[in-house]
Formats: sequence, C-alpha cells, structure tokens
Amino acid sequence: MTYEVPVAPGESAEIETSTDTTGVVWPMWEVFVRARRGVSHVHIGSLHAPDPETALQNARDVYTRRGEGVSVWVVPSSEVRTFEPDDAADYVEANEKVYRLATTYEIPDEVGQM
Amino acid sequence: MSPEERFQSVLDAEDKIEPTDWMPDGYRQTLIRQIAQHAHSEVIGMQPEGNWISRAPTLHRKAILMAKVQDEAGHGLYLYSAAETLGVKRDELQELLHQGKHKYSSIFNYPTLSWADIGTIGWLVDGAAITNQVMLTRCSYGPYARGMVRICKEESFHQRQGYELLIRLCQGSEEQKALAQDSLDRWWWPSLMMFGPHDTESTHTEQSMAWKIKRVSNDDLRQQFVDMTVPQAEYLGLRIPDPDLRWDEARGHYDFGEIDWDEFWVVVRGDGPMNRERLAHKVAAWQEGAWVREAAIAHAEKRAVRGAA
Repeated sequence: MTYEVPVAPGESAEIETSTDTTGVVWPMWEVFVRARRGVSHVHIGSLHAPDPETALQNARDVYTRRGEGVSVWVVPSSEVRTFEPDDAADYVEANEKVYRLATTYEIPDEVGQM
Repeated sequence: MSPEERFQSVLDAEDKIEPTDWMPDGYRQTLIRQIAQHAHSEVIGMQPEGNWISRAPTLHRKAILMAKVQDEAGHGLYLYSAAETLGVKRDELQELLHQGKHKYSSIFNYPTLSWADIGTIGWLVDGAAITNQVMLTRCSYGPYARGMVRICKEESFHQRQGYELLIRLCQGSEEQKALAQDSLDRWWWPSLMMFGPHDTESTHTEQSMAWKIKRVSNDDLRQQFVDMTVPQAEYLGLRIPDPDLRWDEARGHYDFGEIDWDEFWVVVRGDGPMNRERLAHKVAAWQEGAWVREAAIAHAEKRAVRGAA
C-alpha cells in the first residue's frame, strides 16, 4: 500500500497543508509509559485532550491497549522545555573532556579486572 | 557544516531526522501530506469494517472486530501526532480531508457486501498495508518510523484474524466457501491498486526515495505482496481472479496481469463506489460531535477556575 498521494492526470499536484480552522481545539499532552516495574517512564507519543483526567484515559486507550505499561504519565506539551545540542559549543566541549571516561585510564593487566 | 549538509549527512548515515532538525521545505511538506493521507486512511478505514460490527456472526467475532476498529482509530491518532511534530495542527488536516482537498487510500471506497469481506480486508488490505508499513519503519523521519513500528505490531493481529476467518469459511459449507471466493474476486484488484501507479508513472517516487521517506518502489512492493499472497490463496483453496497469474521460474516471482488503471483513477478522482458516502459520514460524525468537544473544554475551564479559587 502506498501512502503517497496519487495525483490524477490533469489534477494539480500542489501541496496544501494549511487552512483556517475554527472551533475548539483541545490542548496537546505528552505521554510517558513505564513498561514494567524496575524501568523508567519512556516517552511513547502525544495526544489531544481537554483536561488531565481525559488525557490519562485517552493515553490508556491509545497507547496501552495490549498491556504495554504498568504506569502512565501525561504532561502538557506546552510545559516541555527543550535543549538541542546541535549548535551548542558547550556540549561539544563536554564530549572532548575524554578524561571523564573510564576507558581513558590504562590499568596494567596484572592488576586484573577493574 | 551548513544545515543542508547536516541534513544530508544524517540521511547518508541512515540516521533519523527529528522534529527540531532543519529540513528542506519539500521534505517537510511531502511528509505532512503523506502522513496526513495515511492518518485519514486509518480513520476512514473504520467505516467499511464498522459496517459489520452489529452483524458479526458470533460474540467472539464481534469482540475481535471491535478491537480491530479501535486499533484503526489508534493508528489514526499515532499518525496525526507524527504529522503534528512537523508543525501542522490535527484539526487543519482534518479540515482539509473534510473539504476533499486531502485524500485517503482508495481501497476504503469499496463497499463491504458480505461477512467474508471482513476476512478478506484483514488478509489482503491489511496484508498490503503491512508490506508498505514494514518498509516505512525504515523511513528517515523519526516520528513516522516509530509510529510504524507500533502500527506493524498491531496490523499483524489484523491480518491473522482475517486469514483465520477465511480459513473457517473455506472449511465450512459450499455456500460459505462461495462467499469467500466472491469476496476475493471483488477485493483482489483493488488490493493490488493499493500500491499505487507503476514506477514509471509515479510522480513522487524518485524524490521520496532520495529523501529515504520511501525505501522500495511501488512495483517492487506490489510484486512482494503477490509473491507472498498467492500461496496463501492456494492454502484456502481459492482462485485468484487473474488468468495471467503464473509462476515465472526464471524471475523467481509470480507474473500477473495488468491493473485496470482507468478504474484506479476514477476512484482516486472521487467517483468510486463509496467516495461520497465515506466522506459525508466522516464530516457528519465530526459536526455532530462538536458539542462534546465544546462541553469538555467548558468543563475543563470551569474546573480550572474552581481549582484556582
């Protein structure tokens, strides 16, 4: 199955992706699921819901229909703050501080496993 | 490194592009369009199957079908979320669908006339979807690829329950087997059409392959699907409605006949058996649900005010 949009001969292939929408838009929530005891919650996706209770219910229905988790968090997407290492000089420098890595220290074989 | 070079180096390294990365506008727009059409397909795809929930022959089959239709809604939601990471709003995309400016997979513009169609849809339509979606798990856009992994796991249930339903029918009475054959006769060619136009006619293939959004061409995917499906039809004892279908020893693949491309374009353009009905139903459901969306927001606002007081 192809999900590319077939363009019929004579039809415009112009891409239209934005339009005015009116009406109510529910806010977005990020969903985190703990797969089982002993592991952290991991981001699994997002969804729209009017309030936290509905967001949790929707998260259960959308993301854990087959026992994928034992615990679910929902967080308003607008509350997420992001750091992107892309152009951050600090981050690159941090990676250059190789003395932070255990593997940079040579321990003689006679000492054994350390 | 310029943003363009960084983008290309990520693609070259078979790494994934993530939402906040710089990407060419064409890449973004192509993905929005494709993911939206994919999401719309999942959502519209609930209709042909929903048609049989109230008429499933047993409680067991009814429960399976409801779970499957619920999965389709979930798939639509995963996909709209993936599209939203590209900077569009779900409601915008829905509105474009409602206005007929966005399409969905043409396969859902065919009617489900018998119970056997529920089996055939799982086997062929979901089988074709899996063929494509397995490829898409290797797509270069991270959120889309991750969504595909989840969806593929669930599609496997869809395909297996459909095939098993057909096994039962084919092991049943003559009438039941005839129902299965009639269903295959109607769905075989539309299923092959799901892979889209020939590679030589496909307008987007080359660019999508370069961007690693698409990893395998339409004709190659279609061949994979035919090769996989023919032995499954043989096991059921059903005849595939194609006089040109035969094993080609030299190629190591099945040869098959030409698709009726006139029919393909008629349905794509909006004149298939169910196009108008499917869209009208979708729009009506959205409009009739408006009061629920508004009431939920009003309730949330009232509670927020009380909580703050």
